[in-house]
Amino acid sequence: MSTPIATPSDAPRFAPSRGRVSVSGAADESLPGEHLETKTVGQVTVVDPVMGARGVNVHYGTKHAIKDVNIDVAKNAVIAFIGPSGCGKSTFLRCLNRMNDTIEGAKVTGLITLDGRDIYERRQDVVQLRAQVGMVFQKPNPFPKSIYENVAYGPRIHGLAATRADLDEIVQTSLQKAGLWEEVKDRLDHPGTGLSGGQQQRLCIARAIAVDPEVILMDEPCSALDPIATAKIEDLIDELRQNYAIVIVTHNMQQAARVSQRTAYFHLGDLIEVGPTDQIFTNPRHKLTEDYITGRFG
Amino acid sequence: MQPSTIVIVILVLTALAYQVGRRRSLAAVGGRRGARNLHSLPGYYGLLTAAWCALPALAVLAVWHFAGERLILGSVLSQMPAEFHGLDAGQRGLLLNDIRNVVAGNIPASAARPAVQAAAIEWSRLEGISRLAGGIVALCAGLIGGLFVWRRINPELRARNSVERLVEVALILCSVIAILTTIGIVVSVLYEAVQFFRLVPVTDFLFGTKWSPQMAIRADQVGSSGAFGAVPLFAGTLLIAVIAMLIAIPVGLFSAIYLAEYADRRFRAVTKPLLEVLAGIPTVVYGFFAALTVGPLLRTVGESFGLTVASESALAAGLVMGVMIIPFVSSLADDMITAVPQSLRDGAYALGATRSETIRNVVLPAALPGIVGGVLLAVSRAIGETMIVVMAAGLSANLTANPFEAVTTVTVQIVTLLVGDSEFDSPKTLAAFALGLVLFLVTLALNIIALRVVRKYREQYD
Repeated sequence: MSTPIATPSDAPRFAPSRGRVSVSGAADESLPGEHLETKTVGQVTVVDPVMGARGVNVHYGTKHAIKDVNIDVAKNAVIAFIGPSGCGKSTFLRCLNRMNDTIEGAKVTGLITLDGRDIYERRQDVVQLRAQVGMVFQKPNPFPKSIYENVAYGPRIHGLAATRADLDEIVQTSLQKAGLWEEVKDRLDHPGTGLSGGQQQRLCIARAIAVDPEVILMDEPCSALDPIATAKIEDLIDELRQNYAIVIVTHNMQQAARVSQRTAYFHLGDLIEVGPTDQIFTNPRHKLTEDYITGRFG
Repeated sequence: MQPSTIVIVILVLTALAYQVGRRRSLAAVGGRRGARNLHSLPGYYGLLTAAWCALPALAVLAVWHFAGERLILGSVLSQMPAEFHGLDAGQRGLLLNDIRNVVAGNIPASAARPAVQAAAIEWSRLEGISRLAGGIVALCAGLIGGLFVWRRINPELRARNSVERLVEVALILCSVIAILTTIGIVVSVLYEAVQFFRLVPVTDFLFGTKWSPQMAIRADQVGSSGAFGAVPLFAGTLLIAVIAMLIAIPVGLFSAIYLAEYADRRFRAVTKPLLEVLAGIPTVVYGFFAALTVGPLLRTVGESFGLTVASESALAAGLVMGVMIIPFVSSLADDMITAVPQSLRDGAYALGATRSETIRNVVLPAALPGIVGGVLLAVSRAIGETMIVVMAAGLSANLTANPFEAVTTVTVQIVTLLVGDSEFDSPKTLAAFALGLVLFLVTLALNIIALRVVRKYREQYD
């Protein structure tokens, strides 16, 4: 299937790129959005993306988990990955900061770039990559350390703070950005595991922000939280958009509609459709997307 | 009737009771089809009937056996000639032993005194009667118990609940047995230790620096007074335990980290059981390995460096003991490291931590309390270990911190004090119990600390 071209009215916030998208060094690969051959419906490319994926395939042993996925991640915007369980959206997310490296038998092929550099290149330092592409997990996973140490951990291992005062500063601003500072400023030395689920998740977000990444990946960050905590995290995601590119995997379609500007629909390892969130939820073009969104399966 | 015959009969009766009870429950609801109208499964009615049959019978049998022996004893003694009355406890015991031996055929009846012969015959006669009567009474008790339940079986009888309660009681009894055994051992050791402390002051024992437990048999013998200062023993034990832990903690911990975090699945599947085989080698094998291989080797190596190493040295024993407890440390540490949730590792990796940073800063701190628990268990194992030390560390109670010299430990001294002929009113023998008490208290304390630490660990992450 060739790509139907998104008209500007379909994608008001992400006008189809007219210039070259610098996703790789090779000129013939870095095609403008209009000409990228892909089976995906909708506009997969954006102007000046922070991350780009071209022809990405993932195999777990004999299982073909991700099939030839092409997509760009835009700066200062939230993109939501939706789709039924087992469709590969989390797997693809974990490719973006090479968390699949820790899984035995996982093989990633294709091109994934961060600021135009191939992150699977041999010279790429995984440690640096993950400092630039942070991640928040499904279940809050604070370290069994104090709140302060949880946030300070990243800056410490990357040597971001020269003095204790610098570190204090980073911890405070990260907690403030994560909207947790007011709740914990008097008990920074208490264990992070003693916080409530929603607070723990915001602590994990603060921990990710503390190393000042460009992209934050969120793997169903609210699925273990109650509605109030979820609402707080969603507000937070919207604020974080000012400074970071955010990729969020979610099962909750209302959440995708609330927090994201672009939505990508995955189905059995295929990226079926990508488009502005408003359009995906009101006027999906692909039959599968429509079936999923209208609740016919999933 | 022999006691074993009675027990077999009771068991057969119990099996019958099971069948009868089960049948009756089914009959009460009109066969298998009606089983759903029963409160419990038919088997529970069978079990309940069987339990009510077996338990009273066995209880009666046990009581009869112990009470019967007393009665027989009293009766036999009272029928003996007057000169055997009013004996003191020791003589009475000897007399009873004679009678028992004649009854059991260990002494030919002809060799015994006539009065003893007569008593033995009387004893056998009474015992025969007692056993027969006991057996019959026990069987009757079983039958009555079984009948009692059998009569009450109806669809409303809550057989399952009763059986469950019986199971619970049985479980409680089993755990009580373990606890009572421990208490019994402690009390007996404590009793003998108190005897010892009557002869030797506690302070001399705990703070004395000279250990020479030889007691003269005659008062005019040379060196008639022993010295019971246990400090050299404690020091020796500590020295060997420290050497052992210096080997076991790093090797065990690092191998656990490798196995849990770095090794691929196949390597781990082969290596972990192999490592645990170390724990299965009998300590006496380690002992002669230490005494015959490691000890002489250390002496040779030591000589080439100009050091004097005794062929029985603390170092040899400590090294081999360290190897022996590696699997204790590594196996527990491995379990604790694997128990740290993957999500914590993911969290660290996602922040850009390297593998070793993740292990050092996240995994080990999370697993540390568990690891400490394992190490403390290993320490108490090292302190209590006997065989290796007996064979490789020597017997001389040196108060030294030099690992190249021979030292002795608490356990070794307990062995040497109790081996061979010993009299239980001499401080030499009783000292063993005092040492045992100290050893017990130390290992108990270590175990309690270990358990505390492990429990605290459970609260760490959730």
